Amino acid sequence: MSTAADERNARAPWVLTAPALMLFIGVLLIPLAMTVMLSFHDWGQYKGIEPVFILKNWREIATDPYYAEMFWRTFRIAILTTLLTAVLGAPEAYILNRMDGRWKSFFLLVILGPLLISVVARTLGWALLFGGNNGLVNKLLMSAGLIRFPIPFMFTETGMVIALAHVMMPFMVLSVWAALQRLDPQIENAAMSLGAGPITTIRRIIMPQIMPGVLSGAIIVFSLSASAFATPAIIGGRRLKVAATLAYDEFLNTLDWPLGAAVATLLLVALVLIVVGSNALIERRYAEVFR
Amino acid sequence: MRRNGPLALIFHTIFVIVMVAPILVVCLVAFTPEGFLSLPTNGFSLRWFRAIANYPEFIHAFWVSLGLGALSSFVALLFAVPAALAIARYRFRGRDALAALFLSPLMIPHVVLGIAFLRFFTSAGMGGSFAALIIAHVIIVFPFALRLTLAAATGMDLSVEMAAVSLGAGGWTLFRRVTLPLILPGVISGWALAFIQSFDDLTMTVFLAAPGTETLPVRMFLYIQDNIDPLVTSVSACVIAVTMTALILLDRFYGLDRVLAGKGDTGR
Repeated sequence: MSTAADERNARAPWVLTAPALMLFIGVLLIPLAMTVMLSFHDWGQYKGIEPVFILKNWREIATDPYYAEMFWRTFRIAILTTLLTAVLGAPEAYILNRMDGRWKSFFLLVILGPLLISVVARTLGWALLFGGNNGLVNKLLMSAGLIRFPIPFMFTETGMVIALAHVMMPFMVLSVWAALQRLDPQIENAAMSLGAGPITTIRRIIMPQIMPGVLSGAIIVFSLSASAFATPAIIGGRRLKVAATLAYDEFLNTLDWPLGAAVATLLLVALVLIVVGSNALIERRYAEVFR
Repeated sequence: MRRNGPLALIFHTIFVIVMVAPILVVCLVAFTPEGFLSLPTNGFSLRWFRAIANYPEFIHAFWVSLGLGALSSFVALLFAVPAALAIARYRFRGRDALAALFLSPLMIPHVVLGIAFLRFFTSAGMGGSFAALIIAHVIIVFPFALRLTLAAATGMDLSVEMAAVSLGAGGWTLFRRVTLPLILPGVISGWALAFIQSFDDLTMTVFLAAPGTETLPVRMFLYIQDNIDPLVTSVSACVIAVTMTALILLDRFYGLDRVLAGKGDTGR
């Protein structure tokens, strides 16, 4: 009797996960494998896609400096966005955490809420705020005397980084905020009672403990920014291409699917390597925090 | 705990203003009485909201998005609930690998997923169909459905189930009468979060949608590519209103921080 029950117990998890597993193999792993294959196929203006195995697309990406420049731009924008969210988001999470209960949950809703609001709508907001030379942001900065001439935001990397940082900010605040929840509030008091000033407390006590939160937030923000589509497409326009918008163009305008697939595969592989690599580094460095 | 100093509060105020400004400006411009993009300086007007009625593409796209979000989140739950129960309760070989696979759509860039699905469904002869959109959306919302269900199933008191079994409840009755009601808050929140993710997705859907199956974000994006006028701000304002409503409900019933962080505890 017990063996039958044991057998059923051993089979149960597989029976329960089987439908989802089949779904994932059938419509996730197979399409991804097909995309990688596609990147090795040939394409011509008139002949379309030819299912042969050649390295033409990969050679083109490796040798044409256009792609190096585009990938470098993609990662440059992602790095700057990550830095901006970390520098502003971490202090904000700290301030948020020190607020009274009611205010804390209110502002948390205000800051995290945009995460679930349409990216198109949020980016449209920035397009309206930037809007050419007499956009609201420029008017504000000029009347405050901070700048003398309007800064071009639309169709520039500056504008893309600002808008992307806004889109990604909730992830950073959330991640740092989660790290702050693990922090014992008494530690700060202990540091002060031992004579540490506020700056020393933040630098020596708070910073090291929320660093894992900042870093895991940075990984999320980086990988999402490097593969972002809507914001670069709307703010960057048609000329300032990043990996995602270039792949879109290859697929839906040029129709060179194999080349687009190669760009997408490279983006995926690069991101997986970066994310897995830095995750491993962080976990080793802060092993005691993750336990 | 010490309180925030004045400098911290100034920083906080500016931070919040910048976070809200783009959303606010969209909603304000939507009320402009002018024929061009401007903040409503001389009176509010609903003309651009009324103008939506003259663009059936937007209304059709809204219904596509609504149906797609509701249906794909539901289908995702049909697969995710059993999987979550298995992962929460059993220690078996390959459990971690399975969990990683099921959460992987979070890590794969949506542009890559869009391309993969476009290639896959085109060669399957389903390019641009609503069915293809549903299947693709099931995959991208699956991690959200799984995570919240998993959180509820992990926090569940198993002795209740044992009591039911000792009273003679078996298989399906046990699930329907005991397990499901207990994990229901997690399941419903999972559905809501999955719905919002599906409703908002642009990057993947833009590859798959054909003229009859364009979702609202896709329609808005294509519209913005051509020109930005007050019409698209009033459409955006409607989208923001829908999301805000869902968001406030989600926060009331489950707690937004928990939904977003996917923390593993239930009961507040």
